[in-house]
Amino acid sequence: MNFELIVALLAATVHSGTPVLYATLGEMLSEKGGVLNLGVEGMMSVSAFAAFMVCLVTGSAWLGLLAGGVAGFLMAALHGFVTITCLGNQVVSGLALTILGGGLTEFMGTPYIGLNTSGFNVWAIPGLSSIPVLGPIFFKHNVLVYMSYLLPVAFWFFMRRTRLGLAVTAVGEMPAAAAAAGLNPKRLRWFAVTGGGFLVGLSGAYLSLAYTHLWTTGLSGGRGWIAVALVIFAFWRPFRAVVGAYLFGGVMAFQLRLQATGTALAPQFLLMLPYALTVIVLVLSAWKGKRRSQGPGALGVNIEPEG
Amino acid sequence: MSTFRIRKREEPWKWGALVTFPGALLFSLSICALLLLWQDKSVWQGMQVLWAGTFGETWALEEALLKAVPIFLCSLGVAVAFRMQIWNIGAEGQFALGAIGASWMALTFPGLPHWVLIPLMFLMALVLGSLWALVPAFLRLRLKVNEIISTLMLNYIAILLIDYLVLRVWKDPSGFPVSPEFSSAALIGKMYGRIHWGIALCVACGFAVWAFMRFTRLGYELKASGEGARVARYAKLPYSFLVMFVMGVSGALAGWAGALEISAVVGRLQPSVMAGYGYTAIVVAWLAQLQPLAIAVVAFLLAALRVGAENLQIELQIPAAFGVIMEGLILLTVLAAQFFSTYTIERRREGEE
Repeated sequence: MNFELIVALLAATVHSGTPVLYATLGEMLSEKGGVLNLGVEGMMSVSAFAAFMVCLVTGSAWLGLLAGGVAGFLMAALHGFVTITCLGNQVVSGLALTILGGGLTEFMGTPYIGLNTSGFNVWAIPGLSSIPVLGPIFFKHNVLVYMSYLLPVAFWFFMRRTRLGLAVTAVGEMPAAAAAAGLNPKRLRWFAVTGGGFLVGLSGAYLSLAYTHLWTTGLSGGRGWIAVALVIFAFWRPFRAVVGAYLFGGVMAFQLRLQATGTALAPQFLLMLPYALTVIVLVLSAWKGKRRSQGPGALGVNIEPEG
Repeated sequence: MSTFRIRKREEPWKWGALVTFPGALLFSLSICALLLLWQDKSVWQGMQVLWAGTFGETWALEEALLKAVPIFLCSLGVAVAFRMQIWNIGAEGQFALGAIGASWMALTFPGLPHWVLIPLMFLMALVLGSLWALVPAFLRLRLKVNEIISTLMLNYIAILLIDYLVLRVWKDPSGFPVSPEFSSAALIGKMYGRIHWGIALCVACGFAVWAFMRFTRLGYELKASGEGARVARYAKLPYSFLVMFVMGVSGALAGWAGALEISAVVGRLQPSVMAGYGYTAIVVAWLAQLQPLAIAVVAFLLAALRVGAENLQIELQIPAAFGVIMEGLILLTVLAAQFFSTYTIERRREGEE
């Protein structure tokens, strides 16, 4: 493998890791507030479809992105209604959301399979992109990739340095104590779930507008589940999420490259790599972080009415 | 002024299920009516076609019963695990491994007599199906790896494994991505019309699970362990053993579903046997509140819904995903509506406490 190939591979790593990063941070926000959302996979496909359709009709990639975010927001609101308002089981509600999302996109999207849209194109940052090695890896992408560089920092700052972020964390750890301190636990959870849904929606939009520029069913292809796994791998910390997302981006890029060069290995085994890696990553994070890997204290536990 | 307050009921509302279930169904149907309108179809006509395809005609009932078989077995399996709060989302993959195991035997020993080959196929389906489930169980026990994600990832891997097998190892001479047809010794006979003897296996498994949960000590311990590992440890229950046990049973049942599907319905291994039964099974298990008899009823209902959706596709060119959407909606609405069987809303006057 020569040098240029490695640089190209690393650039592809960033490209395919970015949607996973958005989704991971979205799920992380939701879980920080104490709500486990297993609907990511379904939300991702619905938002990818919404983004694609809006971009196709209006011709505006930015409107498409917004539509993706809103679609993720709405799906998450459904999860919020079932789990926060009606106190339904979080695991089952999330699974139902994934089933629903898969069904909806197949139902609505079939006539549009294979259609193209402009979406987001590569825009090399002048100056930065001409830095040797780093330039082509990090600064010859679409705008959404550049936004994703700021996102983990913003996430960290929000969680650690703002009142709202700290309140969300408190509710995720111990809703009763948060309520005693004068916070509104249910409202904070609504914020975490729907805000997280919006981020997941952006990741869906990335898939249809920046990654493929076209629509096919099953576009999310398990990335939503990978994101859920990465939150555990990242110990609910945004910067570790970056490591995880790029790890996956790398494997996906590597797998595609290897398929293109036509190895003797069956393509099915290459396609298995990201899924196998998900399990391996979970094993490794369990190994390393026996104590640290505990999530928010009230994760998955609904806020029951008192009395 | 009066305010509203949510309070937990002293005991669950007995008639709750009778109100919430039809209500949820009605609600989901009305959302689906909107989808029909969106596709420029007549709602009335759509509902008629859906009805004809679900309960209106004999062929539909027969087809529904046929589809209910794999859903029932998978659902029975996941329900056993859910009892213990073990979230086995991997019925789809365990089903695939069962189909692979049965095909392996059928394609390797096509000349064996029927009564030797069939048990061999089901034995291999049991072994592979339960092994596929025991890996996540082991990872959970040893390394606390979340079983929801590991079982799911194994689903994706299992489906790719089928693709690989039919494309490379067991490729049919015709060149299509399917295995060669099985010999007649590997096929399960028909009982009535298209209904095959696999129904008998379903009934036997259903009874076995019911009796096991109801009458055996192990079944009782299993329910008790549903409260979590710590409770089980206090009660000196063999928690690790129970986890491995339920996952093994779960995988075996889903594996049998896969073996039945290819030996009684399809007659060869082909990727299209993966029709999402494993995911529907989760919906069924939850709606039936993990009770074997209720699982049989709900599995049949959702299988009928699938047939109805396929009928919609044939008659009105409406994507069959219609059925999947309804599944998701029904589950979400039932989940939300269960609120009323556990909680009540009280009206309070000011000053009252």
